[in-house]
Amino acid sequence: MGVKLLLEKAHVPGIRYFETYRKEGGYRAVEKALKQLDPASIVEEVKKSGLRGRGGAGFPAGMKWSFIAKPEGVPRHLVCNADESEPGTFKDRYLMEFIPHLLIEGLIVSSFALGSNDTYIYIRGEYAWIVDILEQAIEEAKANGFLGKNILGTGFDCNIYVQRGAGAYICGEETALIESLEGKRGNPRIKPPFPAIEGLWRRPTVVNNVETLAAVVPIINMGGDEYAKIGVGRSTGTKLISACGNINKPGVYEIDMTISVEEFIYSDEYCGGIANGKRLKACIPGGSSVPILPANLLLKTAKGETRYMNYESLSDGGFATGSMMGSGGFIVLDEDQCIVKNTYTLARFYRHESCGQCSPCREGTGWMEKILKNIDTGKGKMSDIDLLWDIQRKIEGNTICPLGDAAAWPVAAAIRHFRDEFEWHVNHPEEAQKRNYGLAHYADPIHVPA
Amino acid sequence: MTKFNDEQLKEFNRLVARYPEGKQKSALLPVLHLAQESFGGWLSAETMDYVAELLSITPIEVYEVATFYSMYNLKPVGKYMFEVCQTGPCMVNGCDDIIEYIGTKLGIKPGETTADGMFTLKTVECLGACGYAPMMQMGKHFREHLTKERVDAIIDECRKNAAANY
Repeated sequence: MGVKLLLEKAHVPGIRYFETYRKEGGYRAVEKALKQLDPASIVEEVKKSGLRGRGGAGFPAGMKWSFIAKPEGVPRHLVCNADESEPGTFKDRYLMEFIPHLLIEGLIVSSFALGSNDTYIYIRGEYAWIVDILEQAIEEAKANGFLGKNILGTGFDCNIYVQRGAGAYICGEETALIESLEGKRGNPRIKPPFPAIEGLWRRPTVVNNVETLAAVVPIINMGGDEYAKIGVGRSTGTKLISACGNINKPGVYEIDMTISVEEFIYSDEYCGGIANGKRLKACIPGGSSVPILPANLLLKTAKGETRYMNYESLSDGGFATGSMMGSGGFIVLDEDQCIVKNTYTLARFYRHESCGQCSPCREGTGWMEKILKNIDTGKGKMSDIDLLWDIQRKIEGNTICPLGDAAAWPVAAAIRHFRDEFEWHVNHPEEAQKRNYGLAHYADPIHVPA
Repeated sequence: MTKFNDEQLKEFNRLVARYPEGKQKSALLPVLHLAQESFGGWLSAETMDYVAELLSITPIEVYEVATFYSMYNLKPVGKYMFEVCQTGPCMVNGCDDIIEYIGTKLGIKPGETTADGMFTLKTVECLGACGYAPMMQMGKHFREHLTKERVDAIIDECRKNAAANY
C-alpha cells in the first residue's frame, strides 16, 4: 500500500462536509499557515517540497509562486484551474466531488502565501453539479471563520468564488483561462508578459491546477522537507492517476511515484490488469496529448530498464522512445484497439478544440483529422502517411499556446511506433472499412506478475 | 419579452458581485448560463442583447462569446438533450454503438431534435468521465457506464417525467 496524502480520507462517510472534514483533522494547515508562518516561509516550504504543477507541464510550483510581482497597492490573484478537459484525465473531478474541503483548504493557504484576497476557481462548465458542491463547501468554510474577513482573527481576508466555463478545452491553458475569466473568448495570450506579472485584469496572478493546490495542505502539515522524502528524485510527493480504457478497474489512484508501470497496470491495488483477458497493446500514459507508447516501450525503456510511474522514467528516451507524466490521464489500449481510429478520434478532438487563433493549428488540425479519417475508412493513400508526418511537424512549436503541440504529438507518436498499422489500413481498404482490425500482432507478449 | 424575473435578477446580481468594480464583463459566461436556463435552453439574439444591456457591454461582445463556447445553444433544443461523449476512452468503450442506438431509437441523427421537441441528440468531445465510459451529459448531470438497457431506461424516465409535468 503506497503513501496516501490527498485521498487518505476520501472514503470517510460525510467527508464532503465541513464538520466531518474538520473532525478528521481538516483545516490544520490553515491554522498553522496563518498563525505560525508568514507568506514567504510558506512559499519556501512549497519550494522545499519539490512539488511540480500537477496540471501537465510539471513546472515547480514554489518557483512559479516566487515569480509573482509584488508592487504595493496592486491586488494580486490566485486562480485555481479546474478546467480539467484533457481526454483521459478525470482526477481533479474526483478531488472536488468527494473531498472539496481539501481544495478549499489548499486555496486558503495558497491565497495567504500569494497575497490574494479574491481567489477564483475556474471550473469546466460541464462539471455543473460540482459547482454546487464547491459553493456549499465555501459557504461552510465561511460560516466557520475560515473564509471571509479577518480569518481566525489573523487580519487576513479571503473570498473564494467559483466561475463556470462553457465548454472549451483551450481554457485549460492559463492565459486562455484568464481571458475566459474576464468574460471573453478563450484565446491564449502571447507570453511574455507571464500571468505572474500581468494576469487577471492585468494584475499579478498565479494559476495552479486543483491537485497542485490540494497538495499544499499536506506540505504545510508535514513540512516541505518531509514531503520531498516521498517519491523519487524530482518526482516528489504523491500523484493522482486517472486510469481508463481497457482495464479491469478504471478509476482515480494516488501513487507515490515509486511503482513500476507494470505494477500499476497489473496489480489488484490499481488497474487490475487488462479487461476481458486481453493483451496489452499500447498506452497513453499522461493524457491524450502525450505520445502513445507500444507495450514493449511502456513497460521497459529502450535500454531495457523497468519503466516507473514518475516524471523522469516516463520521459526516459525523449519522444523517440518515451512519453510524459503529463496530467496523469492513463489510457490503456488492448490488442483489439485500432491505433488509426484512436488517433483519428484524438485529432478530431484537437480540431474541435483549436481556438483558431494560429493558422498552423487552425488549419493543420483540420487536415490531420480529414487525412486520418480517410486512412481509417480505407480511403487513404500511402503518401498520406508522410503528409500527416509533415503536417504535424509544421504545427509543433509554431503556435502561441501548447495546443498545437498537443495536437501534433499523438499523431507523430502513432506514426513513429505504429507505421505498419497505418500502412495496413492503406493496403487493406475493405477490411479497414469493415472495422476488422486484425492487428493483434502488435500486442507484445509481456510478463504478467503472479 | 425576454427579462429575468426577481429571483433570476437576484442570482444575476450575486454573479456580478464577485468581480471588482468595472469588471462586470467577467460575469458574462455565468450570466449566459443563467439566461440559457431561464429562457428555454437556448440563447436567442434577443436574449443576448438583453444580457449585453444588463452587463453594460456591447451586443457583439456577447455574440463572440456565445459562438465560441460549445455549451451555449444558438438554436432551440429539445426538452432533454443527450450529449454523448465520443472522444478517446469513450470511443474505446463503445460510444459509437451507443450514439447509433440512441439515434435509431429516437429516429434522429446527431445534431437533430425529435419532431415532438422532446429529445436532442448531440455528440460532444471529452467530458471528463473517461473512467466511467461510455457516458453522456443530461442537463447538469452525467449518465455513465451506458448500455443499451440503460439508454432505454433513461428515455423511459424522461418520457414519464415529461408526462407527469404536463
